[in-house]
Amino acid sequence: MADPMRIRATAKDGGINVKILMAHEMETGQRKDSAGKPIPAHFITHVSAMWQGKEVLSANWGPAIAKNPFLEFNFKGGKKGEKIQVTWTDNKGEKRTDEASIN
Amino acid sequence: MTSIKLRAVVALFGLALVCAAQAQQAAAPKKAATQTKKAANSSPSAIAAEFEKFRDIMEDASPAELFEAKGEELWKMKRGPKNASLEQCDLGQGRGVVKGAYVRMPRYFADADQVMDAERRIVYCMVTLQGFKEADLAKKPFSSGSHTPDPVSLVTYVAANSRGMKIAVPQKHPREREAFNVGKEIFNYRAGPWDFSCDTCHGESGLRIRTQDLPNLTSKKEAIAAFQSWPGYRMTGGLMHSLQWRLNDCFRQQRFPEPGYVSETISDLMTYLGVNANGHVYKGPGIKR
Ligand code: HEC
Repeated sequence: MADPMRIRATAKDGGINVKILMAHEMETGQRKDSAGKPIPAHFITHVSAMWQGKEVLSANWGPAIAKNPFLEFNFKGGKKGEKIQVTWTDNKGEKRTDEASIN
Repeated sequence: MTSIKLRAVVALFGLALVCAAQAQQAAAPKKAATQTKKAANSSPSAIAAEFEKFRDIMEDASPAELFEAKGEELWKMKRGPKNASLEQCDLGQGRGVVKGAYVRMPRYFADADQVMDAERRIVYCMVTLQGFKEADLAKKPFSSGSHTPDPVSLVTYVAANSRGMKIAVPQKHPREREAFNVGKEIFNYRAGPWDFSCDTCHGESGLRIRTQDLPNLTSKKEAIAAFQSWPGYRMTGGLMHSLQWRLNDCFRQQRFPEPGYVSETISDLMTYLGVNANGHVYKGPGIKR
């Protein structure tokens, strides 16, 4: 089971600032374990953020992003108390969605 | 009083035996000691200052928070052979109260008749409430690779709920005072192939090993280092570690046999270190290099 994310959404300068921490190994597929066997690739391929049923961020990711990634972005619109949902999907088809209120 | 002494002596006698066996392979103990001292005379480490800047920037994006979130999930989830959550666990502030518990541990728990630090208490609750076996939890107690043991996430969650609070490790109960005294004795006990004690590396200000500054854990001012940023996310390897691991690793650095997982030895040491740090404000789980 995928582990929870940490999401912070704050109203700032007329927009919303969103900070997301994701728990993921982000294994590139290029590394070998101590026995010399390749470690299979396992990384997030897509991140999406929804606000009021509208997608405010859609990002395609690859193996070049570090373990336990951090993502920050801003969008226009949104007010305190409204909700943001973030979903990531990885190359094994695993998914995790978490939600946070704007404050 | 005699019973206190006896307990320390028995524990340390065990250590001494193993150390004596290792001492035969000892490599120039005097030399190692002079090198530590020499390093102490260099100017304060610029690298440490740079790392502090990095830590400041990372503060609101600390990966430690991921383990806090995971720990919260684990705390509230019904799990284990008894299919129970940990919400009935008493961390010393009443059943299920997590707030402020971390900065008031180690403490004496009458139900277990033991002085327990946070991780030891969590393991106790996992065993008594959820039916997990301590021997299983002790099999792989430290983070490695992609594996983070559940107690590590749980202790991170519990610690996060003391963020911004003053450290107040209690010394009311006689057993708590006993733990302090035994902890102090262990801290100062010299043995092993290098004839080191914790005090050798942590009993003086301004010492360092390579780029690592060694906090003087016996001084009121620096003793906070034993709490601050622990549990910590180590950038090296991206692993979350609790103090349990840190102390274990220092035993290893000291070339001592490693203590048992969530053992009395660790609780006693943490009591000693915690009382020295009393009054300082704990900032919550953090980042370590
Ligand atoms: C050989 C020297 C050495 C000995 C002996 C030693 N340590 Fe350490 N200790 C270290 C080093 C190196 C670090 C890591 C410092 C860093 O990463 O900045 C450390 C870190 C620590 C920390 C965390 C401090 C911080 O700033 O995060 C604690 C607590 C600690 N040691 C306790 C102990 C105890 C208790 C003992 C005795 C069982 C002990 N140490 C013995 C070298 C030693």
